[in-house]
Amino acid sequence: MNAILTHLPFVIAVTVAIAGLAVVLWRRNLIHVLMGMSLVESAVNLFLVALGYRHDAVAPIYTGLRDGGEGVRMVLPTVQALTLTAIVIGLATTAMMLSLVIVIHRHYGTTDVRDVRRLRE
Amino acid sequence: MKHLFKFLVLAVLAAALWRCALAIPFGNPLAGTPLPPAMDEHYIAAARAETGASNVVTSIVFDYRGFDTLGEASVLFTAVLGVGLVLRKLNAKEKREARDAEE
Amino acid sequence: MRKSRIVGHIAAVFYPFCLVFGLYVVLHGHLTPGGGFQGGAVMATGAALMMVAGMFDEGEREIKYHHYKAIEAFGLLLFIGLAFAGILSGHGAFFRNIWANAGGWFGAPGESGSFNSGGLLPLMNLAVGVEVFGGISVILVTMIRAMKAAERGEDREDGDDEAEGAE
Repeated sequence: MNAILTHLPFVIAVTVAIAGLAVVLWRRNLIHVLMGMSLVESAVNLFLVALGYRHDAVAPIYTGLRDGGEGVRMVLPTVQALTLTAIVIGLATTAMMLSLVIVIHRHYGTTDVRDVRRLRE
Repeated sequence: MKHLFKFLVLAVLAAALWRCALAIPFGNPLAGTPLPPAMDEHYIAAARAETGASNVVTSIVFDYRGFDTLGEASVLFTAVLGVGLVLRKLNAKEKREARDAEE
Repeated sequence: MRKSRIVGHIAAVFYPFCLVFGLYVVLHGHLTPGGGFQGGAVMATGAALMMVAGMFDEGEREIKYHHYKAIEAFGLLLFIGLAFAGILSGHGAFFRNIWANAGGWFGAPGESGSFNSGGLLPLMNLAVGVEVFGGISVILVTMIRAMKAAERGEDREDGDDEAEGAE
C-alpha cells in the first residue's frame, strides 16, 4: 500500500493506459475506440512527465527566482520537451483519425466496427 | 472465449505494467543506476549562458533539440494536408451545394 | 442549424481576447511557461469559438480557409528559415542560435529574464505559434465543412454514394 502511494503518478498512468486499452478492445464504436487511443496517449504523456520529477524541485524556469536561481533544484527538462512534442503529434494523429471516421461514417452510414468490417458490394 | 482471451491479455499486461510502475523510483530519477541525469544537469546549468533564454524547456525544444521540433512541425503540417486530402470530396460537395443554395 | 445572435456576438467579443492571450503566451515563451505550441493552441481556440458560434458563414469561411492555409505555410517556412540562419550567417550549424547573448535584438543575456533575451528563440516561438494556429484552424474549418456536407447528405437519395464508392 505504501509503495502504491509513493509511486502514485506511475500507478495512475499505468491504470489510465490499461483503461484506454480496455476501451480499444471492448468498444465497438469507432469514436469510442479513438477516445481509448487518446487515453493511452495521455497516459504515456503523464508517465513521461512523472519520470522527470524530483522531490523539492521547481519547474525549470529561471524567471522570477530569488538570487537568479542559484543553487535551486529543478525537475528534469528534457522529458518535458519530449512530452511537448508527443502532445502535438498526438493532436495531429487524432485529427487524422477523426477525419477518417467522418469518411467512414459517410460511406457506411455507421461507425460500428462490426458493420464497417465487411466490404459493401 | 474471445472475451476471455482479451481479458487474459489485458490482465497480463496490467500486471506487468504495474510491476514496472512500482519498480521505478519516483521523485529521484535514475537513482540506483550507473547513469546520473548528466544531460539534464548540463541543460539546467548551461541553458541560460548558451541560449540566453530563462525557460530551460524552450531552450531544449528550439535549440538543443531543434531538429526534433522541425520534424514535429512537419508532422503537424502533414496531418493538416492529410485531413484536407481525406475530406476533400466532402468539402468539394459542400462548396458546390453552398453555391447552389446561393443561386 | 439556427444561429443564435447572442452566442455569436459574445463569441465575437471574446475572439480578440483569445488571440491577444495566445500571442502573449507565444511571445513570452522564453521567459514563462508556454511557448509556440501552447500559445498557438490558445489562439486556435479563439478561431474554434467563432466557428462553433457560427460567426463564419459560407463565403467568409472560404476566405478564412485560404488565410489560415497561408498563415500555416508562412509559419513553417519562417521556422525553417530561422533554422537555416545559422548556416547562412557563415559561422555556425543548422539550428545554431546565432543571436544568443550577442547584443542587439533579443541578444541580452538571459540572467535578467528580460524580454529582450533568448536570441532566435522568441522568433522561433512566434513562427511555431503562427504555424500551430493556422494548422489547427485549417483542420477545424475542413472538419466543420465536411460535417455540414454529411449533414446535408442525410436526406438525399443514395445515388452518388455508389459512384463515390466505386472510385
